[in-house]
Amino acid sequence: MQALLTTLLFVAPGWVRDWITHEKQPNVFWSEYIVWPLIQIVIVVIVVLTLVAYLTYLERKVSALIQARLGPMRVGPWGLLQPLADGIKLLIKEDIVPIKADRAVFLVAPIISLVAAMVVLAVIPWGAAWATIANVNIGLLFILAVSSVGVLGLVLAGWSSNSKYSLLGALRSSAQMVSYEIGMGLSIIGALMFARTLSMSGIIDAQQTDSLWGLGYFLYQPLGVLVYLTSALGETNRAPFDLPEAESELVAGYHTEYSGFRWALFFMAEYSSMIVTAAVAVTVFFGGWYFPGLGLVKNPTLFVLLSIVIFGAKIAVLLYAYMWFRWTWPRYRYDQLMELGWKWMIPAGLANIVLTGVFYVLALPKAQGGLLGFMHEEKGRLIPTKLGILYFIVTGFVVTIPIVWGLLTTINRRSRDFNLHEQRQLQVNLRRERLEKMLQQGAGTQPAEGGQ
Amino acid sequence: MTVLLALLLQTPPRAGGPPSPGPVATPPIYGYIPIVIFFLIAVLLPVVLLGVSRLVQRQVFEREKLMPYECGVDPIGDARDRFSVRFYIVAMLFLVFDVETIFLFPWAVIYDRLAVFGLVEMLLFIGILVVGYYYAWQKGALEWA
Amino acid sequence: MTPEKVEKALFIIFAVIAIASALNILLQRSPIYSALSLIGTLLSLSALYLTVRAQFIAAIQIVVYAGAIMVLFLFVIMLLNVPKDQPQIEKQKGLRYLAIPFAGALIAETFYVLRLVPARALPVVAPAMADQAVGTTWSIGVGLFTSYLLPFEVTSVLILMAVVGAMVLARREGD
Repeated sequence: MQALLTTLLFVAPGWVRDWITHEKQPNVFWSEYIVWPLIQIVIVVIVVLTLVAYLTYLERKVSALIQARLGPMRVGPWGLLQPLADGIKLLIKEDIVPIKADRAVFLVAPIISLVAAMVVLAVIPWGAAWATIANVNIGLLFILAVSSVGVLGLVLAGWSSNSKYSLLGALRSSAQMVSYEIGMGLSIIGALMFARTLSMSGIIDAQQTDSLWGLGYFLYQPLGVLVYLTSALGETNRAPFDLPEAESELVAGYHTEYSGFRWALFFMAEYSSMIVTAAVAVTVFFGGWYFPGLGLVKNPTLFVLLSIVIFGAKIAVLLYAYMWFRWTWPRYRYDQLMELGWKWMIPAGLANIVLTGVFYVLALPKAQGGLLGFMHEEKGRLIPTKLGILYFIVTGFVVTIPIVWGLLTTINRRSRDFNLHEQRQLQVNLRRERLEKMLQQGAGTQPAEGGQ
Repeated sequence: MTVLLALLLQTPPRAGGPPSPGPVATPPIYGYIPIVIFFLIAVLLPVVLLGVSRLVQRQVFEREKLMPYECGVDPIGDARDRFSVRFYIVAMLFLVFDVETIFLFPWAVIYDRLAVFGLVEMLLFIGILVVGYYYAWQKGALEWA
Repeated sequence: MTPEKVEKALFIIFAVIAIASALNILLQRSPIYSALSLIGTLLSLSALYLTVRAQFIAAIQIVVYAGAIMVLFLFVIMLLNVPKDQPQIEKQKGLRYLAIPFAGALIAETFYVLRLVPARALPVVAPAMADQAVGTTWSIGVGLFTSYLLPFEVTSVLILMAVVGAMVLARREGD
């Protein structure tokens, strides 16, 4: 048994490699850039797909618990095999292509969506050292880029279905996604000014030296985190921004006409982009795979494994928040949604960048023209001193947020959409005025007008 | 079990120990090869799954089923009708602001070197764009209802 | 497998995909299929940028073209809603033949530029310098915000004009 395992785990990979390379010499290129990434990719794909399946289970379970129900309980203990049953069901369901649909586009659209959602997983730093598949220089930009392609799959799906619900759903989703994409991009810039790299692993490393105990940039960028998380909810079409599939209005949005496994592909894309947005938030704002105390672990393998666990745990917390939000906030109206994206998130993102820029320049070392000198150079990069850490946290929470809040309420002072109480009050007042006018006009003649 | 443990504890191919991988000594272009592989796998995966689904599913042809859904009534007219120009405006504004965001990325990356100079030039850049934003707002492009 | 061979192989693969999907844009009758092929072209162009190590440009190619502009294109195609089977009526047949001299001029220009800059004269970047090399976000930032500062600031005016233009065009007829 042990001999077999030894052969399988240690000797066989060498054979495969030799067989592929036709060389007896170990070739760095093949092992480093083809075989090893292939192993990582297969693991990541399997894990993420399982996670996606279980996210649907969790979604139902969390919803149930929040509503004091039990949720799925029948398939397996506590319904744990429910995702498997759902998967098999979807696999054997008929894949219907509507007769009026544009067949080729209809068939390709979900694949575009899923591929765009999955490829991004390649640059996410799942853990330290070897737990990252591709550590590229422009990782963050790559994620933003590929996620923006995902919109196309959805537009094509809605258009090709040739159904009114699908088309309207697709238009709404795509308009919503592109609106929130800008806020998302802007919210990250503030953290990037501290990290000064677009490499995902580089951002995590920077946070370990820059932030308090390596906790992450969320301490310096509270506003950035708020804008990012809000935009991420909008970008992934999650509640309270789940208008594209507002069941009561649009049936199921852009995938109304889809069925069977092709529909499941959209679902998988949606859930994996949830994982991706959570992973980006963890990487950029919450310190990635690092947690205070991880540095004490000396065994490299254990270190990496623990880092993966930490990264996963942070993502899990955010994913739970997604589900929690869903049952806490009511759905926005479409005009409120667009207004929130364009009139609140974008100005907030821009103001955050400007304010962070000002605070950063003030804190520069005196040699570089800063006034306060709260930063010093270490190993070729500027990092905040102890006082600097305090300064950035205080400015982030105490100065930036009130200023931007004031700014936003000022520029949106004429907006009626977010003050629901006032809106109702307005109607009540109008009605009262009308009634009073009527009563005054016909004081003696028609008394029974405003009876109700 | 011991074998498994040995596998876990051996130095993995790219292990750099606790510190994360530093700058790679090979041309950076190689870092993208795994992404290409991932892309191929990501394309292959839905195709294979759909193929399997095609093999195991039962298909029954029926005219009613193949019609677009319209609350159970026969669809009226073609769905591909003209739609509100607002969506088009949103797409155009998105394009504009997307380009602006892109310019901020390289700026943020070298911000420590630019310092005050960088702040002033970005204030100018954002300032001019805020004029455009204000214009679009005043023209009602950001209003939906 | 030497690095040069890998790069050459990748270049050829993506160049073929780019040209094939570009041809497909022209050959498709339906605009939506042309748009789909255009996405293919843009993505493979982005991969081509990567093979010449212009990473930042490659990412932007996807963000701006494949992401933003394609959404706009699809919206326009959907908005205009040209029936699929109805071939476009050409109003000015003569224009078609004008394409030939223009294409010829473009090809001649390409060859002229290629002859002007021999490939071997291009600087070779040492792997150790890869992070500082041309094409990374860092080097583009340095170039953009120091040497090419004026063009950068002018860009903002250009974008402003784009906003105003978009408003005027979309609102001409009034809602």
